[in-house]
Amino acid sequence: MSVGSGGSGAPFGPIGVMRSWLKPRPGSDGQRRRRGSLVAWVILLIGVAYFIVPLVATLEFSLRPKPTTLAYSNVLKDVKFGSSLLYSFTIGIITIIVSLAIIVPTAFWVRLKVPRLRPFVEFVTLMPFIIPAVILVFGIIRVYSAKPFVFTRTELGSDALLVAAYVVLSFPYMYRAVDTGLAAIDVRSLTEAAQSLGAGWPRIILRIILPNLRTALLSGSFLTLAIVVGEYTIASFLARNNQFGVYLSLLGQNKAFEPAAVSLISFGLTWLAMIVIALIGRGTRGRVTVVGAR
Amino acid sequence: MSFVVLTGVQKHFGPTVAVEDFNLSAERGEFVSFLGPSGCGKTTTLRMIAGFEVPTAGTIVLDGTDITYRPPNRRNVGMVFQSYALFPNMSVADNIGFGLRVRGRPADQIRSRVGELLELIHLPDKGKRYPFQLSGGQQQRVALARALAFEPQVLLLDEPLSALDAKIRVVLRHEIRAIQRQLGITTVYVTHDQEEALSLSDRVVVMSDGRIEQIGTPFEVYNFPSTPFVASFVGTLNVLPATVIDPAGGRLSVGGQEIRIDRQIEASTGSTISLALRPEMVSIGSGPDGANRLRGSVADVSFLGSIVRLRIRVTEGVVVTLDVFNEPTLVLPALESPITVSFPAEGPLVMIGAAVGPVDVDALEATL
Repeated sequence: MSVGSGGSGAPFGPIGVMRSWLKPRPGSDGQRRRRGSLVAWVILLIGVAYFIVPLVATLEFSLRPKPTTLAYSNVLKDVKFGSSLLYSFTIGIITIIVSLAIIVPTAFWVRLKVPRLRPFVEFVTLMPFIIPAVILVFGIIRVYSAKPFVFTRTELGSDALLVAAYVVLSFPYMYRAVDTGLAAIDVRSLTEAAQSLGAGWPRIILRIILPNLRTALLSGSFLTLAIVVGEYTIASFLARNNQFGVYLSLLGQNKAFEPAAVSLISFGLTWLAMIVIALIGRGTRGRVTVVGAR
Repeated sequence: MSFVVLTGVQKHFGPTVAVEDFNLSAERGEFVSFLGPSGCGKTTTLRMIAGFEVPTAGTIVLDGTDITYRPPNRRNVGMVFQSYALFPNMSVADNIGFGLRVRGRPADQIRSRVGELLELIHLPDKGKRYPFQLSGGQQQRVALARALAFEPQVLLLDEPLSALDAKIRVVLRHEIRAIQRQLGITTVYVTHDQEEALSLSDRVVVMSDGRIEQIGTPFEVYNFPSTPFVASFVGTLNVLPATVIDPAGGRLSVGGQEIRIDRQIEASTGSTISLALRPEMVSIGSGPDGANRLRGSVADVSFLGSIVRLRIRVTEGVVVTLDVFNEPTLVLPALESPITVSFPAEGPLVMIGAAVGPVDVDALEATL
């Protein structure tokens, strides 16, 4: 009997087991419901374990030195930890501002005035998925290390290049978040309503569009922040050793337990950011989705 | 001089002509409706008045000032949208006061004006609510108040009642007209609903394929349609084939039965013409002396609430539709029972050589 064949023979492996779970069996509705509930719980537990076990293992590993909090205290005492985190957050925030300044007006204009260009703009924003970061950074170094654009010889110039590269990396996430937010509101009618009431473009964008995109902008911003904080390749090639990703990598080469502690701290910070999104976004949910019948 | 004047306005989208040679003069305080099927150019014309579309040719003059190329935010024109377009992030009061804040009015003046308008739209206690907390009808009232708050020169309404259910639509329709009369604001209203246009307007502009078919009062448009399209689009219409018996005397034959109209017929004896007849011109029974009579059988009876619609088969292929007011004592004729209907000589409109059955507007137009 072949694996996965039909007929009376049951297929082997986990798929076979799942199929047999899903197959209707004789018995009362109550029995079937209880069995379905049990299956759902098992799947949920497997899912939770998939996420939790590596974290627990990392936590357990980070707590092995004596005293147990040694790795954490070493990390927190390390000046480079704070400074690299601060540096990455600063670069991240600048990246977010530049990315928003480019993406929000572009996505708004495309939706309002040239919707037929949307597939093209979407494709352009996907380029970072097609061109690997290492290619991007080599291109940047090649173009901006020689006259007339010599940026790599100064700290400020290299930081500017880092921000520029991260802005490009953020495009797929930022554009999708903003575009989804714009799709949830009736951009055209809201814009025209504001215009008919006498509002100019700055007021329309600042008072009407941006407040209704709050959740979308926060999502895009935190995704961008997460990418910037964890990024290694571009920062490494641009010799930005104070970048958090580079710091984490160097730490991993020299210490045993501290990288695990740093991973958990950064994981905690990410969750904190997610909770902030959820809290801020909760107040706007109903308002954004109900614009009126179409 | 008229308050809103559109002269030779045209709008082309690439090779497509959306609006062609549109001319209209609306007086101060007048309520004008653009009526027509989807794609006839009524909304495009409204959007040109609002400034959201720039005409390909022609001029738009508002109170003596040419505003053809003026951006929408500098036109002082209020607009109400089909989708309400209330700002979801603002309360009702903030929505209504938005236009005043844009104009830099003092806060106490804005507060007082917002209060006035909330009273006007019968929502005095809803100022702090958000749009998503209101029903569709309430949202549209707020949209109306917002468009009126800054005292625009013209109020534009783009199918404002289309998204609402039938009952609320009727209530809100009356409220819009009452508010418009109270404020005396010049209003342009776009709709594809003939009942809305006829009941609300001082004048109706009937449009088709980007052109104006007729401009007139609701009474004129309904009773004296100037083109076959208007006759067919506004109201229900019977189109009956008739053979001319005596052109000078206005005598014709419909399904082998002789009838008479009150005017000469511009066609030769024996030729075929079409007669357009409103259902409300037709009554059950023989009618008074001198009335035209047609005998036939009952083909269908449809109960429509306040009226009952009967379809009378005069002969094969010739069917007359008529409406009877519903009342508890009404006795409806049985299907296939013989029946006589009558209509006055001034009832039918003559359409020479037109097709029978559902109105083919293009064919009719070619004959007029």
